Parts: sequence; C-alpha cells; structure tokens
Amino acid sequence: MARFLMKPCRNIGNLQLGWTSILTEISSNRYYRELLKMRDWMKVAGIRSSEITDESVFRKRRRVLQAAAAAGITGAIGSEALAAASPLSMPVTKSDYTVDGEQTSEETATTYNNFYELGTDKGDPVKNAGFLKTDPWSITVDGECDAPGIFTYEDIIKPHAIEERVYRHRCVEAWSMVIPWDGFGLGDLLKRFKPNSKAKYVAFQTVGDQKLPGMRSRVLDWPYVEGLRIDEAMHPLTFIAIGMYGNVIPNQNGAPLRVVVPWKYGFKGIKSIVKISFTEDQPPTSWNLSSPSEYGFFSNVNPNVNHPRWSQAKERKLMGSAGGLSALFASKSDTLYLNGYADEVADLYSDMDLKKFF
Amino acid sequence: MAASWTRVSSLKVVVFVLGTIPAIYIGWAVATGTSGPNPIEFITNQTGEMALRLLIIGLALTPLRWATKSTTPIRFRRMVGLLAYFYVALHFLTYTVLDQQLDIAAITDDLYKRTYIIAGFVALIIMTALAITSTKGMMRQLGKRWTSLHKLVYVAGIASVLHFIWLRKGFQLEPLVYAAVLAVLLGLRVWRKVSAKKKKTLSAQKKETLTAQNAG
Repeated sequence: MARFLMKPCRNIGNLQLGWTSILTEISSNRYYRELLKMRDWMKVAGIRSSEITDESVFRKRRRVLQAAAAAGITGAIGSEALAAASPLSMPVTKSDYTVDGEQTSEETATTYNNFYELGTDKGDPVKNAGFLKTDPWSITVDGECDAPGIFTYEDIIKPHAIEERVYRHRCVEAWSMVIPWDGFGLGDLLKRFKPNSKAKYVAFQTVGDQKLPGMRSRVLDWPYVEGLRIDEAMHPLTFIAIGMYGNVIPNQNGAPLRVVVPWKYGFKGIKSIVKISFTEDQPPTSWNLSSPSEYGFFSNVNPNVNHPRWSQAKERKLMGSAGGLSALFASKSDTLYLNGYADEVADLYSDMDLKKFF
Repeated sequence: MAASWTRVSSLKVVVFVLGTIPAIYIGWAVATGTSGPNPIEFITNQTGEMALRLLIIGLALTPLRWATKSTTPIRFRRMVGLLAYFYVALHFLTYTVLDQQLDIAAITDDLYKRTYIIAGFVALIIMTALAITSTKGMMRQLGKRWTSLHKLVYVAGIASVLHFIWLRKGFQLEPLVYAAVLAVLLGLRVWRKVSAKKKKTLSAQKKETLTAQNAG
C-alpha cells in the first residue's frame, strides 16, 4: 500500500506520470492560470497590453514586469515569456523585406502558438516551453548532396549575416500575424551542403527524441516532418529564423532555428529542426499524412481553394494591440493570393493547377 | 415534503449561480484582455465547452435518479437544460455576430461545406425547439408528444460531440473524452430498456407456462 502511494507512476507512452507531474498538470490548468493572471493584472494595475503601442512603452512594461517578478509575482504567462526573452548577440541589419503598417505585438506572437509537441492549446507551447532543450543542438544533413554531415547550431549559423525581415504569417486556421523575424535565407544555408542534380526536394524533421508533453498524444505521427520543392526552398523569400523582434527565438516559436515560408500556411514552416535531407522524391509531410484531403504538400495561402474546415477567403489579423472589448468587433481582412507574395513566387507555379495541387 | 421542496428550490438557486459563473468569467477575461490574443476564439471555445458540459450533466440526471432511487435529480433537469441552451445561444451568437459579422454568404457557405458546422447547427435547432417547449404550459399542451420530442436531446448530444470532434485538427483526446462520457450515459439507457424488456418477456413466459399448467 505504502509503495503504491509513493509510486503511482503509470507509463503513458514514454512519459512517466507521477504525483509531481499530476500536481503540475493540475496547477498548470488553464483556469488556475487565468486566476493567477487576474491576480497579476490587479497587482500590476494600470498597465494593459492594449496600451503597448511602441517599443519604449513595451520595454518600460518589461522592466515593470521584471520588477514584479522579482517581488514574487508570477503566473502571467505572457509577461513571463517576455521577461525571459534575450536579445540576439550578433548584429542584425534591416532588410528590404518588410510589411507596411502595424506589426503583431511580441507578446501575442510568442504566447499564441501552434506547436503540437508542446500541446494542442494555443497557450500550451509557451507554458511547456521549458521542456524543450535547445543547448546543445545539432542538425543532421543527408541525402542527395555532396557535403552532408552533422553540424552544431553554431556551425550552421556562423557564416551567415543576420538580417531582419518582416513577413506576413498566415495560419491555416484563418488567423494571421505580421512578424519581424531575424535570420538568413534558407537557400544560402542549403547551398553550403552542395545539393546534387538528384536533389528535387528538401525534407525537414523537428526534434523527436525529447520527451515533450504534447507528444504523449497521438494527434500526429511524431516526429513532425515537412518538405519543400527545391526551387521553393532556394527561393530568396524562404528564410531560416533564429530570432524574432531582435530577441533569440523563444522555444515555443521553434527554437533554435525554424523555417519561414511566408506564402505558405504556417505549418509548412517547420520548427526546431534537427534534420535536413535532400531527396529525389516528394517527401512525406505530417499534416498531409494525418489528413490528405485537408492538407496538401504545397499548402500555398490561397483564398480560392476552400479548406474543408475553414473558408480561406478571409482571415483575422491578430495584432495584440486592440485590447479588451474593441477586439471583438474588429473586422476580418480578405486573404491575399499567396499571402501577398504573388509577385515574387507565382512563377514557381505557372504551369500548375493550384486547386489540384493545393 | 415542504422541507424538501424548500431545499430543492434553494439548491436550484445554487445551481443557477454556479451555471452563470463561467459566463461572468468569460466576460471578465475578455474585458480585461486576459483571454489571450484571440478573444473571439476564446469566447467561442469556452461557451461551446460549457454548453456541452451542461448538456452532459443534464443527460446524467436520469441515470442518477435510477442510482439514487430519488426523483430529486429530475427537478434540476429543466434548469440545467436551459443553462446549456444559454451557452448554446452565446456560442451561436459569437459565431454569427462576432466571428462572421453577420456575413450571410459566409455562414451559408460554412453551413453546406463544413461538416462540423452542420452537426453544430443540428444540435442548435434541436436545443432551440427543446428550450421553447420547456415551459409547463407547453408540456401540458403537447402531452405525450412532449416526451417524444424531448427524446431528441440524445440526437443533440451526439451532434454536439461530433461537432467537437470534427472541428479539432487531427484526432484529439479532449473531444473523445466527452464522446466516451456521452456513450456511457446513452448506453445506460439502452441497457436499462433491454433488461426491462427481458424481464417483461421472462414474466410473460412464466405466466404462459403457469396458464398452460393450469389448463393441463
């Protein structure tokens, strides 16, 4: 009996579920979290996300929150995430790739995420971010190339100058953001591995050998895999992000490095990459394996191709600036063909019926 | 009797207050901006889940009556059902007014292209009919038909759970938990009906053999 009380562990997949993890689970319950947030908001009165309009206000708030954290007030997920953000150590130059108008607040972009390895709720990835260990990190490069190998994170990023690119980000769930990413062109990275003439596609794999809480559920076949046609991967728009908003990319956004393909739905931008393979055949992709009728290999943002779950005609822009009740009455925007990047990338698909190759 | 009546009425007040707390919480979280970057999605999910929870609680009252051999649980059935409908209505209004902004074309498009919207709509129509006919006057007016009409709540339950399963990306655990609970609650009813029938045929058979013996 005593033994039973001490060790209620049950094996669920690879994860041991013991008293501590059960308690963590309960204490991380979202209602409890909401209560904590409410308490925080009352304590840090007068400062609301709706009031964040520029960087200086934002930094001031971060200081206030850091002070609040030092005083023992914890629990506000967004604030914690922001307080934990650390600036990139290398110089970052602004690039010509930018989007006019407002950008999504850093808090919104780093607390509202789809990263199913860290949980299926939008707030789960930031909550579970600590489970992902990114140091040390290595990436295996193999397949149809002349310079394969196993590279450390430092090996990968060292030769590249880091630039900031502001891109529209469109999720297949019909919401969108405008995010300043920091990184370098994926093509510049891929060239270093000297792909050969048989390399028609590039396959990517997300970390799969860490015990991440979302991987307990069989919602997708782990590890997460994605792929691009070689011309898509080499296109100057296709980007590797190692940071956002001038800070090191947080775990919940795909640390330490991820792909950003701005004219495709967000799930094509694979996070936390551990493997890159050059292939002759079209590689499998996770969402396509899970539901082939819903998610095609290309998954280009296209308001004319109906998705069985979401009409893609419109999107809700998540900016994080309109707080409180006014956010409820903000109107949706029309979705742009290829997410507004048609001038740059429409040529890639000139001979294809994108309704068939969705 | 009188004592039990006041106890039930005061308990009803408690149930009513408990049932409205989530709505107040949702409003509070949205108004203060603690509901996250996508408040419309937050309201939609919260009201939808509350509606489903209350519907399932409502469906648990009859089995609870069998288990406790008391009619008390049944006295809460209408209130729980109407509370469920309150959240169904909020859920539907959030979708039509806040999310689709009364874009009739977009809503009809959803209605015939997206299976989870169809399932949700079936549940909405049933729940609306049941809410309208939930008054004592309607009960009297409809007589026996009232009972058969309100059996549609089983269909509403199944449709709601399908709505939840289908709207999630991939095959997720949470809606399946609701599906399992609903399956148990409906299964109990089937099981009771079947065993009652068996008993009836058994006693009928017994009677038959008795008459046969008597005749012999």
